[in-house]
Amino acid sequence: MMQVAGPALDLSRSERRRTLYSGVLVLVLATLLAAGYGQANDMNSGGFVQGLAKFLDYPAEIALEAWTARGEFAGLLLRFLPALLETLNIAAVATILGGICATALAFLGTAGLGVHPVLVPLARRLMDVMRAFPELIIALFLIFVLGTSPVPAMIAVGFHTAGALGKQFSEVNENVDRRAVEGLQACGASWLQRMRFAVLPQVLPNHLSYFMLRFEINLRASAILGFVGAGGIGSELRRTIGWGKGAGDETAALFVLLILSIFVIDQASSWLRGRITGAGQVS
Amino acid sequence: MANAAVLVDLDPARRRRVVASAVHARTLRGCAVMLCVFAYLAYAWGTFDVSGLIADARPQRAVLLAVDSVAHKVHVTRSLRTGGDTISVEGERTATFRSPPDWIERTDAGLVVDLGDGHAAVIEDRTVRLTVPGYGTVSAEASGDGVVTVLPHPGPPPGWLRATPAKFDARPTLGRRVQVSRARIEVHRFFFGWENFFFPFDSELNRYSAGELVSLAASGPRLREDTANWRYIFRTFWTNPDWQHGAVFTALLETLLMAVLGTGTAAIVAMPLAILAARGFAPSLTLRFLIRRLFDMLRGIDMLIWSLIFIRSFGLGPLTGTLAIAFTDTGTLGKLFSEALENIDRKQVEGVTSTGARKLQVYRFGIVPQILPIFVSQVLYYLESNTRSATVIGALGAGGIGLLLVETMRTSRDWENTLYIIILTVVLVIAMDSLSGAVRRRLIHGRPTPPGEQAVRQQGPPAS
Repeated sequence: MMQVAGPALDLSRSERRRTLYSGVLVLVLATLLAAGYGQANDMNSGGFVQGLAKFLDYPAEIALEAWTARGEFAGLLLRFLPALLETLNIAAVATILGGICATALAFLGTAGLGVHPVLVPLARRLMDVMRAFPELIIALFLIFVLGTSPVPAMIAVGFHTAGALGKQFSEVNENVDRRAVEGLQACGASWLQRMRFAVLPQVLPNHLSYFMLRFEINLRASAILGFVGAGGIGSELRRTIGWGKGAGDETAALFVLLILSIFVIDQASSWLRGRITGAGQVS
Repeated sequence: MANAAVLVDLDPARRRRVVASAVHARTLRGCAVMLCVFAYLAYAWGTFDVSGLIADARPQRAVLLAVDSVAHKVHVTRSLRTGGDTISVEGERTATFRSPPDWIERTDAGLVVDLGDGHAAVIEDRTVRLTVPGYGTVSAEASGDGVVTVLPHPGPPPGWLRATPAKFDARPTLGRRVQVSRARIEVHRFFFGWENFFFPFDSELNRYSAGELVSLAASGPRLREDTANWRYIFRTFWTNPDWQHGAVFTALLETLLMAVLGTGTAAIVAMPLAILAARGFAPSLTLRFLIRRLFDMLRGIDMLIWSLIFIRSFGLGPLTGTLAIAFTDTGTLGKLFSEALENIDRKQVEGVTSTGARKLQVYRFGIVPQILPIFVSQVLYYLESNTRSATVIGALGAGGIGLLLVETMRTSRDWENTLYIIILTVVLVIAMDSLSGAVRRRLIHGRPTPPGEQAVRQQGPPAS
């Protein structure tokens, strides 16, 4: 009897203790959130309650202006297409260049692929720092040196991409099935051949899938950086919003373009990722 | 599969040929993709006008900026309107020297400024004579109708000197500069380091060493009658007008507040919605469809647009950034949560159900233990990424460190302040990054994962 009752008693006691801990944790979190909102509300120039009433005013205002100008709305969409293209280009180039750097960094940061062991932790720390560096800082600095142009945003986004993708790539690389590598080594394959025929086929689908996801994230980042002076759809938005009343139809057109492109790329990338890695593997 | 069967059947020579041709085709495809990528990059080079950009780039601007962000300069200024001389750090009225430092000598004729390494500037009346070793002495006189420059040698002026009737500007080295206009003569000498970082220029606290300050703060005679020493020292530091430590830290806190509150709110709102949107949990298909579309909408309307809408209705401040993050990430986290719910292991649920557990108990013991680590890990992941997002949203106008950074850069006067803000921001983001990473690893495995082991990747949503 004792042998059965002992663990059961222990279990229920530890269970109760855990419930208590979770309860306390939830309470603390809720208090923190409430206090934080109070603090944020005090620091804000507009209050929460007055703001809530006006929340729909702005969307309604620009929707109304867009509706009044509905005849020219298609024309507006066409007019801003080059700006959207520029933002897409920023995101695409940043993802490609960042992806190339990420591949190299991830390779250097993976132990057991024939890289000198000193380089592995170095590459990892480098990726950590690149990932953590806020894009805004690099973009602002480069805008100051290079002037207003899409290139600063491209470099800033690409820099972050190299670190973030590199980390994900190196995690994929680490899970490579070594048996394929060993098999090739046993038939006398060179290092390059081992990488090409044993490692690459295993990692490529996952790399591509992360790459697609990153493109969508980078599109959003490029749009935001445009707003601080890096060109593309963000700077157009800044211009129309700066005009205040009257440019609501243009703002609405830009919103529609941005939302549509994010939606399309989101759907396309999740469809492609599903095909590449097999359904259900990557969210 | 068909290929594999063929491979087994054929004789070795034909087998090799089949494999070789397949490899060949794949290599060709790979090369074609690479060519497309290169073609696209070439196109981007053209549309971004990179060549023009490189031609127009001002690398010297970056060098000046780098020098200015780790050094401070002392201005020696003679106003030609009033005839007065001032010596001050960065030209600040509040940081004016009462008696000249030992590298400046006041003579009957004027000022002799020793710029170090044999460089010297002598200001006499309306003339400055700059001596540069290896070149000679240049003099510039501000007369009524312009600046008259006299070079020691005939021929064009050297590259570091620009002399027009409107302005004389000589910078023989990065750390020495002389400017003359009709209104004033100004000599700059740069010193390495951040000046007055702790206390304002004229504060009495500058006299003490660090050790003396500590003992003063702990005990010792009161420097001010009305407050304790430690409080006085802290207040002097906190309100330092050049560095504004107080304002910078408040802004940093605002940014952190935006990230934490936004992510927390998103997590709390997304959890119940995710249950309603998950296959096998949703009470009705219509509701599931509607909530999934809601998630898509919240995610699709980007954080940029949400911020712009909230700035309009809530004004500037952390609340605006918080709500923008909360709205976007309710969509993202909701989608991820509901997918995690759909992918749970049914066996555990069935096991708990078979013991005769009530519905609530099934949730508590069958489902929650499976999804809670995933949920928390995803929330932590987004918390880290949102700390970075909050700096950008701040720059759009929501406030916090992002806005402060943009403003400091725009005035582009004291780059050391900019560097200070950048360092603090990067430290904050890296701290959040390692904190969230450490907690996630502990949560998933109950111990820190050694590198190379299967980490939280399965659950870690790849996000920025």
